[in-house]
Amino acid sequence: MTTLSPTIGRFEVDYAAARRHALRVNTVSAVLFATCFFAAAWVGGFFDMTDVTLANGDRVSMWKIWAGLPRLGEYLYKTLPVLHRDTLGADIADWFWRWKVWLKLLVETILIAYMATLLGIVGAFLLSFPASRNLSPNRFVLNITRRTLEILRTVPDLVWALIFVFCFGVGPLAGVLAIGLHATGALGKLYSEANENADMRPLEGIKASGGSWFDQIRYGIVPQVIPNIISYTLLRFEINVRSSSIIGFVGAGGLGQEIRVAMSLQEYTDLSALFLIIFVTVIVIDMLSEKVRHRIIGLTGKGV
Amino acid sequence: MTDLTPDLERARSLVPGAFVTPRRTVVLRLAGWAAFLGLTVWCLWAFGFSPARLLEGAMRFGNVLSFMFPPHVWTTWAEWREILKGLGETVAMSFMGTLLGAVIAFPLAFLGARNIMPSSWFRLGVRRGFDALRAIEQLILALVFIRAFGLGPLAGILAIAVSEIGTFSKLFSEAIENTSTKPVDGVKASGGGNLQTVRFAILPQALPVILSIILYNFESNTRSGTILGIVGAGGIGFLLADRINAYRWPEAWTIIFLIIFMVYLIDGLSGYLRKRIIGE
Repeated sequence: MTTLSPTIGRFEVDYAAARRHALRVNTVSAVLFATCFFAAAWVGGFFDMTDVTLANGDRVSMWKIWAGLPRLGEYLYKTLPVLHRDTLGADIADWFWRWKVWLKLLVETILIAYMATLLGIVGAFLLSFPASRNLSPNRFVLNITRRTLEILRTVPDLVWALIFVFCFGVGPLAGVLAIGLHATGALGKLYSEANENADMRPLEGIKASGGSWFDQIRYGIVPQVIPNIISYTLLRFEINVRSSSIIGFVGAGGLGQEIRVAMSLQEYTDLSALFLIIFVTVIVIDMLSEKVRHRIIGLTGKGV
Repeated sequence: MTDLTPDLERARSLVPGAFVTPRRTVVLRLAGWAAFLGLTVWCLWAFGFSPARLLEGAMRFGNVLSFMFPPHVWTTWAEWREILKGLGETVAMSFMGTLLGAVIAFPLAFLGARNIMPSSWFRLGVRRGFDALRAIEQLILALVFIRAFGLGPLAGILAIAVSEIGTFSKLFSEAIENTSTKPVDGVKASGGGNLQTVRFAILPQALPVILSIILYNFESNTRSGTILGIVGAGGIGFLLADRINAYRWPEAWTIIFLIIFMVYLIDGLSGYLRKRIIGE
């Protein structure tokens, strides 16, 4: 390397050092990742063995995953209804034999989602202003409301439901409050982000013409953020429908209690019927809310 | 201040429609409000939102909240071990579930990307498949897997993995679709085949986005994975549901605090990793 100019020599040295550094970082990261991977696999039961009875009656030790796969197929197969071409109507009637109860519970599920979304909108709308950096009266209020929203959304709605079933008794009231509280946390964050992205100039105009803090928000911020708020809220409504369809599992109303009953009574085909009902409902709500969103956002003249 | 009244009068006579709301709009608006109020009031009645019941519940909730202070601290190692194991299981479940989901979703994502898969029928079919996977609630998946794999974290991992396959495939294929075509032309012009195009033109653009999606979902799975234990699929949720069902509120609150703390930690960690790997 004696023929190289000092600059190129310097470059070669630096380049080698950079490569060594990259190699070191990569090795450490790979080792860390592998450790995490094996620790997680071990904790997760990937290496667990289980005893299985074979078809010929022998007991053998097998990996848990391997042993479970056939059982999974068997279970899923059992949930499928028996449908014949010539007795299709009767078979479907047999499959959806509890449709009267299920329809009632489906309505309850959607209404729980509706009320919870309403609660979430009101709570999040009120809390989003003190929680946005550009509107909060002071840092203390800002931090308190932000932490509150964070706690509300970090605690899952099913945990809130467990707590509220104790406080308000079994039934949809507990479900509405649980999902509503979780939705307040989730929507509050999105609303306050929308507030932070709003243009501050209309506010200054209102302030200059003597508007109070309330006036500034009412006439300066709200018209700007309404389209965003509507689209977030409709998305949240869909999520809430899903949540309310399972929240009955802990006794908080809706279709979830039927899933639980079907599971414990081993009414396999009921499960596929219930799942189909939830699936179709979610798809319908999906399509409707897209229509509503386009219409409303189109009306206010912003966005798509 | 000049008097504007004559001007206003003239405007009113010129364009009367601008000064009154059309009757149709008024009626529709009223009907909308009536439907909204009616539905809400009916729900309030049907769900039993009576002031007495709300007050009683709120008082009970206040009672329950009062157990938050002072927080319960476990004194023996055996108790701590149980809690820490639950928290560790939750993190391990979301880690393995996210990873498994990502590994399986990665090849599937190419089948759903417009710039890779030209056949639109096949592509749309694959996409509806992703949607169907996403539509199944994680908790229901966990219940199904518990039947096959028994109680414990394995069922939780598979539940997270399966629902993440649906989410990841959709997001990854969008990331692949959002890449620029210029590098693709470059690789093709210098004689690269299809595989080389994917490897050298599309992946370098899509990988940072994909990594950031994975990190983000790891975080959200840690949040949502805490409830899988409630139905018996492993993790801290089981311990929490157990404490709540036994009315051991001080311990339940401490577990909730620990969950929130753990989610904060994962939040920070994934933020740090995102910065390290992808840059600002």
